[in-house]
Amino acid sequence: MTNSYNYNAPITECQLADELTRFKRGSVTRRHFLGVTGLGLASAVLAGELAPFSTAANAADLGKKMSIATWPNYHDPATFEAFTKATGVAVEVNVFGSNEEMLAKLQAGAAGWDLFVPTNYTISTYAKLGLIDELDLTKIPNFQQASQNARLTSEGAIGGKTYALPKNWGTTGFAVNTAKLKTPITSWKQFFEVAMGEGKGRAMVHDYQLTTIGSALVSLGLGFNSIKPDDLAKAEQLLIKVKPHLFGINSDYQPGMRATDAWMTMCWTNDGAQLARDMPEIAYILGKDGGELWCDFYAIPKSAPNKAAGYALLDFLMNPANAVKEHIVNGAPTTDSRVMPLLPKADTANKIIYPDEASLTALEFGAAATLTDPGRAEVMARFKSA
Amino acid sequence: MKRPSPGADASISRMTHAQKTTARWITWGLMAPATLWLFVFLVLPFIAILVFAFGERAPEGGYQAAFTFAQFLNLPSRLAAFQNTLVLAPVGAALCLVVAYPVAYYLAVKADPRHRLLLVSIVVIPFWTSLLVRTYAWMYLLGSRGIPHVLEMIGISDVRLINTPAAVLLGIVYGYLPLMIMPIYVSLDKLDRRLLEASADLGAKPAVTFLKVTVPLSLPGVMTGLSLVTVLLLGEYLIPQLLGGGKIYFIGNALVDLFLQSRNWPLGSAIAVTLVAVVVVIMALAMKIAWRAAGTRQVDLL
Repeated sequence: MTNSYNYNAPITECQLADELTRFKRGSVTRRHFLGVTGLGLASAVLAGELAPFSTAANAADLGKKMSIATWPNYHDPATFEAFTKATGVAVEVNVFGSNEEMLAKLQAGAAGWDLFVPTNYTISTYAKLGLIDELDLTKIPNFQQASQNARLTSEGAIGGKTYALPKNWGTTGFAVNTAKLKTPITSWKQFFEVAMGEGKGRAMVHDYQLTTIGSALVSLGLGFNSIKPDDLAKAEQLLIKVKPHLFGINSDYQPGMRATDAWMTMCWTNDGAQLARDMPEIAYILGKDGGELWCDFYAIPKSAPNKAAGYALLDFLMNPANAVKEHIVNGAPTTDSRVMPLLPKADTANKIIYPDEASLTALEFGAAATLTDPGRAEVMARFKSA
Repeated sequence: MKRPSPGADASISRMTHAQKTTARWITWGLMAPATLWLFVFLVLPFIAILVFAFGERAPEGGYQAAFTFAQFLNLPSRLAAFQNTLVLAPVGAALCLVVAYPVAYYLAVKADPRHRLLLVSIVVIPFWTSLLVRTYAWMYLLGSRGIPHVLEMIGISDVRLINTPAAVLLGIVYGYLPLMIMPIYVSLDKLDRRLLEASADLGAKPAVTFLKVTVPLSLPGVMTGLSLVTVLLLGEYLIPQLLGGGKIYFIGNALVDLFLQSRNWPLGSAIAVTLVAVVVVIMALAMKIAWRAAGTRQVDLL
């Protein structure tokens, strides 16, 4: 390709395609693109009535890029590619292992995200600290309150104001490589026992206070959400006893499990479904003594540099046709009754994704107090630095 | 110490007053960017950290103004991280030295000068790739699909290499090796070969010449390498995080945790201040030892 163009010569089809690609990639300016293709003149003549140009017009409104903060292995990469294709906005994905990390970034100011994925119990704190705004639902026509499961999604609204829209729900259990571990594990109590026994050096826990401390509490017969100093001291004791036997402390446990470096891990529904899909020997189990039931949401930070794109992506994701692809890839259950019939039978019948109601009774939602409680934060930090 | 040559003295005294003023302005003008940079990005943040260190954690996390020594009294709760760092950083630096010295000696003394540039490039070029990428490569090599997989083929199954202190040390030596080789190479390259011949002429065996002439003269490079690697290791975060699986914890990891997870900025600040103090003490000791051992004040780092 040469750098000099004869601006008067009519453009060939091939050149037009090249120029369009360059323009889309941002290698050339809009002015150059319109000039070199002659489309500037054409569109001026047609007074902007040219249909194919609506995309370029959108791109101007929404900017060229946006950023989302989310969890590991949580999206279909094709979703963002499709969004970029439709709007011209490139999506940068940041991955976090805990709600605390997301909160810390927003508290420190200017995280630079236009959309992020907080869990149910954190939304009230974000709203209280003024880190998120009430959503303007008129900008999200694809969202439909009536089709949402109220039991799972109620924490997105506070005092009648909607601050966050549901992404999907799920559970926190554990994944076990049954080819490597023979002891059957059905409870958190056994999880920690096996982690120090047959699974020595092969067990992983989350780098996340809610589930790691919560599961330790459950295994001791205490409350998942407890912030009582006595309870936390007992949980800390257990965690510090287990630590030397662990393989790792990391919320991105799929690489370790897939490589079979790790044989058992604390695990979220979606990761459990993904692992079991590719490695049938991996079982996903809900602790019969307890555990977490959760729902993740989308929210827009007050400090979002490109709110328009944040809303556009949120609306795109609320479209059942797009949402269904996310669910199929990430393996998390939907809260939206419009999405349910679009899902393949194999998914809706999958007991990892949609477990029996009975197995959920022991589980509880995370409590807002755990997010900011200094005691839980300190126990987690001491456990990690022990 | 270098003394200014008599010629320079004479030229300064020959300058007129106006010339001197201009010279001073030029000096200040050239110094200004660095001064401003260091003030804004080093001095000011350090003052902020110092203020935070005497504060309290706000109820939702972050910083809340107060004046308390509680954070410093809470330092022992991170003793394990301090110990890990203070043991693994010098051990890592020492291992680097053991690996680096023969390489540097070969490059500077033994290698054919015609190939030297190529050989030095081979040492330096991996440094052009991000440490993150190279450490990820080690994650794969040490993980089950890497070396343990090869071991399994010859009948040794279920070996675990990743997420162990040994993996962290390996990553450290690998990552920081060029920083150790280069200063030693430079000091050996400057070595006056006639001294080695003189030593041999006076009847010293090669081993004695090496220990009594070569090693002492390369000490400035060794000390530079050791201090450079140790100081960087004291703040290391990435390698323990990736190759230690969050289990082998350095002070750097404790700091990230306090600022980015538990949001206890005051305790994080107190640890950061303590770390700076520890580094200063270690560096001062290293300087002292270097002066005594080498009889020189020339440690290139400070």
